[in-house]
Amino acid sequence: MTDFWKRFKRNRGAVIGLVILVAVILIALFAHLLFPQSPWKMVQRPFLPPFAMDRFPLGTDALGRNVLAGLAHGAQVSLLVGLISTMVSLLIGIPIGALAGYFGGRVDDALMRFTEFFQTVPNFALAIVLVAIFEPSVQSIVAAIAIVSWPPVARLVRGEVLSLRSREYVEAAILSGQRNATIIWRQILPNTLSPIIVLASLMVATAILLESSLSFLGLGDPNLMSWGYMIGAARTVIRQAWWLSFFPGLAIVLTVLALNLIGEGLNDALNPRLSRKGK
Amino acid sequence: MLRFIAMRLVKAVIILIAIVTLNFFLIHAAPGDPAAVMAGEAGAADELFLQQLREQFGLDKPLLTQLGLYLSGVLQLDLGFSYRQQMPVADLILDRLPATLLLTSTAFVISLVLGTLAGVLASARVGKWSDTVISTVALLFYATPLYWAALMAVLVFSVQLNWLPGFGYETVGGNYEGFDRVLDIGQHLILPATTLGLFFMAVYMRMTRASMLEVSTLDFVKTARAKGLKPGLIQRRHVFRNALLPVVTLAGLQAGQLVGGAVLTETVFAWPGIGRLMFEALAQRDYNVLLGVFFVSAAMVLLFNLITDILYRVVDPRIRAS
Repeated sequence: MTDFWKRFKRNRGAVIGLVILVAVILIALFAHLLFPQSPWKMVQRPFLPPFAMDRFPLGTDALGRNVLAGLAHGAQVSLLVGLISTMVSLLIGIPIGALAGYFGGRVDDALMRFTEFFQTVPNFALAIVLVAIFEPSVQSIVAAIAIVSWPPVARLVRGEVLSLRSREYVEAAILSGQRNATIIWRQILPNTLSPIIVLASLMVATAILLESSLSFLGLGDPNLMSWGYMIGAARTVIRQAWWLSFFPGLAIVLTVLALNLIGEGLNDALNPRLSRKGK
Repeated sequence: MLRFIAMRLVKAVIILIAIVTLNFFLIHAAPGDPAAVMAGEAGAADELFLQQLREQFGLDKPLLTQLGLYLSGVLQLDLGFSYRQQMPVADLILDRLPATLLLTSTAFVISLVLGTLAGVLASARVGKWSDTVISTVALLFYATPLYWAALMAVLVFSVQLNWLPGFGYETVGGNYEGFDRVLDIGQHLILPATTLGLFFMAVYMRMTRASMLEVSTLDFVKTARAKGLKPGLIQRRHVFRNALLPVVTLAGLQAGQLVGGAVLTETVFAWPGIGRLMFEALAQRDYNVLLGVFFVSAAMVLLFNLITDILYRVVDPRIRAS
């Protein structure tokens, strides 16, 4: 663990990313304490420019709502959707990849054709269609993002399992009469964990971008304030009120950037051989 | 080669049929009556009209018969009817398709050319400040939502500086002819195409940089150096050519992203393509149009993948042999 931290720390970008992410997480956790009022509530005159009033440092939107409060509450939605949809993608992708890699042959063929199908379909367009048809809600958004994001997980896990399956310790486990499920779960999957963690951290970033894009198009959960929704609502007034789209976008860029940097740092720390080869 | 193309075509058709089947089941999985879904929600549809739809599409028949009807319809390029716009979906899409093709292909070229150039430049100056600048910019582009980049571009280049138009396909009431019209459309194209290409510009840059660095450590490059070839020549002929392979693989992947991204870019710039059509269909809950655009964009991706696969074989003779 200390070794891990030492290697992670060596990547300066990753440390910066971690600091940004911790800040975003804290803001999300304490949004209700910092801004107890609903972010949908009208608190001042509409189109109050930023830095004009101390109480509303980022100004107000077209309906007089506090932009800073919106950002804080939006952080919750972004992180939550990013995290849960990545977990659901892992729940779909890991079993499919593990089964394909472990059993090979026809099982592998069938599962990989299935995976390929989802990889070929334009994924943002599919996400739009899914959310639109099943009505926008946190559940449908998470499901749609997970459905379009799992194929890389399956392919990664399949490749790892394929290379681990012929190792001696796995053959020993087969000879000792362990059940297939036990071998996959106990012997093989724990050894695929590092690359999965790296991929997952990058997937959270992509999921946040996807969620914000859906909300931008008006496909966000109508009950939740989100960064994408704020930009979408500000789109038509961009010429009068630049700050309404500027600040939420900046929040997205910072959060996604932080996650990408952390992903690279994790890669350095967890796959030291791999990352050294790349340099 | 012909055999290969034929095999890939068969595969593409199978995927298209799978997508049509998916679309069909989505209509049925949607909450509510499929007839109401087809007519468009918030329905202007009365009971008599819904009954008509049910008969027309055989919605009272078994599910598999319905699927057969639906599939044969799509095979005859019938993507359904938009009751909102009172036009066949296929006509609506065909009308808008050229604008999207222009936008996405321009974005593709811009991102590929600028991205690989920046990548080559960065790899030639590893560790120097120009590498740091290029890599940092790529990292930022990689994290930027493209609709936000589009809005900010409008704000800076259109509203503040007034350099480029930030709205539409050509000047309304401009009535330009011939070359002037091309120029006018070109000006309108710059901002949407560049912002649509930003993300992949970053991807290509990172990929090219890493790939150039990796290839330049290989034995055949050492041999070339030992032979006394000029460094510039080695970079161009030996390293760059081989470094390009993973980039071509990525290009196939980009197709899908471009089509999806077009929905966002076209929404911001009021670009009259199928992405904008999809956005309008969303607002009106016009599911036939939505599914039609989804189908056509998937077909575009398949076509694009086929082209990159063929290109890949042209670029790399080793794959042709195997």
